[in-house]
Amino acid sequence: MKKLLLASTAATLFSAAAFAEEVKVGVILGYTGPIESLTPDMAASAELAFKEISDSGMFLDGSTITPVRADSTCVDAAAASAAAERLITSDGIVAIMGADCSGVTGAVLSNVAVPNGVVMISPSATSPGLTTVEDNDLFFRTSPSDARQGAVLADVLEEKGITSVAVTYTNSDYGKGLSDAFAASYDGEITINTSHEDGKADYSAEIAALASAGGEMLVVLGYVDQGGKGIIQASADTGAFDMFLLGDGMYGDSLIADLGDVVEGSIGIVPWAEGAGTDAFNALGEAAGINVSSAYTRESYDAGALIALAMAKGGAATKEAVAANVLDVANAPGEPILPGELDKALKILSEGGDINYVGATNVELIGPGEAAGSYRYYTIKDGGFETVSIR
Amino acid sequence: MDILNALVAFANFVLIPATAYGAQLALGALGVTLIYGVLRFSNFAHGETMSFGAMVVVLVTALFQSWGISLGPLPTALLALPFGIAVTALLLLTTDRVVYKFYRKVKAAPVMLVIVSTGVMFVMNGVVRMVVGTEDRRFADGARFLVNARDFKAWSGLDEGLAIKTTQVITVVVALITVAALFWFLNKTRTGKSMRAFSDNEDLALLSGINPERVVTITWLLVAALATIAGALYGLDKSFKPFIYQQLLLPVFAAAIVGGIGNPLGAIAGGFVIAFSEVTLTYAFKKVITYLSPDSWSPDGLVQLLSTDYKFAVSFAILIIVLLFKPTGLFKGQSI
Repeated sequence: MKKLLLASTAATLFSAAAFAEEVKVGVILGYTGPIESLTPDMAASAELAFKEISDSGMFLDGSTITPVRADSTCVDAAAASAAAERLITSDGIVAIMGADCSGVTGAVLSNVAVPNGVVMISPSATSPGLTTVEDNDLFFRTSPSDARQGAVLADVLEEKGITSVAVTYTNSDYGKGLSDAFAASYDGEITINTSHEDGKADYSAEIAALASAGGEMLVVLGYVDQGGKGIIQASADTGAFDMFLLGDGMYGDSLIADLGDVVEGSIGIVPWAEGAGTDAFNALGEAAGINVSSAYTRESYDAGALIALAMAKGGAATKEAVAANVLDVANAPGEPILPGELDKALKILSEGGDINYVGATNVELIGPGEAAGSYRYYTIKDGGFETVSIR
Repeated sequence: MDILNALVAFANFVLIPATAYGAQLALGALGVTLIYGVLRFSNFAHGETMSFGAMVVVLVTALFQSWGISLGPLPTALLALPFGIAVTALLLLTTDRVVYKFYRKVKAAPVMLVIVSTGVMFVMNGVVRMVVGTEDRRFADGARFLVNARDFKAWSGLDEGLAIKTTQVITVVVALITVAALFWFLNKTRTGKSMRAFSDNEDLALLSGINPERVVTITWLLVAALATIAGALYGLDKSFKPFIYQQLLLPVFAAAIVGGIGNPLGAIAGGFVIAFSEVTLTYAFKKVITYLSPDSWSPDGLVQLLSTDYKFAVSFAILIIVLLFKPTGLFKGQSI
């Protein structure tokens, strides 16, 4: 026993010593489940940032970052917590890039991340509830809260002069939070505000209730690979609604591929960014074979980069270093850093300078550490997403 | 005009979907009832049998599509149905030889067979997921609508649209043909009569020289056909997702028991009773009432008895009420 203790103490000292090592970071996303068509590109984007850091050779004396993937399932809190627990206890990760959906993110945060003191930076958990959650300053997100998305959805409708809508949301923390936020900011009439379950084959009963309540437009706050698509299909089959307003979970190529003409003319919003940072990321991502137009790829890259830069700032590959420095590297003052300039950032940090990570989404962490965010208001035209404005 | 609007809205959201759903449930319940009648146990693997059959149909349909074979306006899946039935029959007969035969030989109690069938259910479930994966598949092709909501509005000048999907019509037509064929077989053919005799009184049937293994084999063949047709029609009308058939097990059993388990006629009636109760109890009648009543009466609320989330609770509730007050079901079946 004594020997074992000695050996493990030695090992701890050894790993804390500052020379090239392999740093593991968890990438917990729903590789199976309702947003499985989005997650491969999200993970690839985060791993792109890690690769950039590793390849620079300037990260903590030439250390490299190895991403370790785990499945959050998007919906199963127990499975996601178990996966995160495994990454921390058996893989020894120092931070978590993830999780993706709001429900599992909250579960992983309170069950695993907070007890273990590990930072989570989520690229896509947008529930307003996560703003006020008890997180010991360990939770950050590079996507904006849905409180803002709800306001933008309401703005879009008011701008179009639509005064009466029916709302259906996926029965989850994300859907409930977003529909509440939308209802709070929309001045028009909401004829019905009801949930739908994901994973069913038949949504005719749900659409019957929505159609009976009526409204000029149907607001669908669901997931593109799940109930959201089923609801729109059922609506088209019965002729209940012609126009849809889509929340961010509905943005995806499979929407147009599967529904085609049905969603023609519909509108929606999705977190977006433009500017030099976005262009830089798009170029990088395309070169790496990532579908950069997929949702949350930019946020994922930024989440990955922030984790790595926080470690560099702290000068150690430890969970404490990440926790202490995320806000520091994300916000002003300091030299602005765009995607592809991570080596420059590492150089500045190693010389003791300050950086202000701008990244692909103009990262500015406000409040308890979440992005202020901007949204792309799009309309579906000729089988493609067409930007109306960025707001 | 308003009465017509109310009727059309009701038909569009209640009558038509519930009829198609009822036909699918009835076919599923017929399979359950046949197994209960002849083999004397509740087959919990029936939902997965439907899933397996539908899966084979999906795969064969994809093959046909890649060869460019199609039925024009009708879905190619209809062509693939016989292949689905054949493969499912093979699976069921193998399961019977490997699993159920042993328990028949030792004359196991029905409750034991129920547990065994639960085991079979999990194995089939795994097989389906391994072969086809868990994602959603649409395999319906051909014309999607017989009557399109938009065209109907333009043609009739009504405010409400009426949509009839091709798959809904096919579901009802195929179900009618299947049920007619089944009843002809059970009532007119010698084999069918021997099955009914075996179901009514096993000992007497054995004494009169009916071969029990033959009856069992034919029952499984019929069940394979019914399950595959029910599964494929459900998938065609909605969409094929391997695990939804497990959710379908409850309404299917409820239909079989409500109608009187072991009684084929009851299974059909039960299927429609369950389908119509599920749909009407969760339908929001606001629109229909608004059309029918004077303006000042139009309701503020949705006039919905139960939220759609409780759809499955409806079949549960009906199941319990029937078991409490009329355990033999609406038509005289065997009591459980």
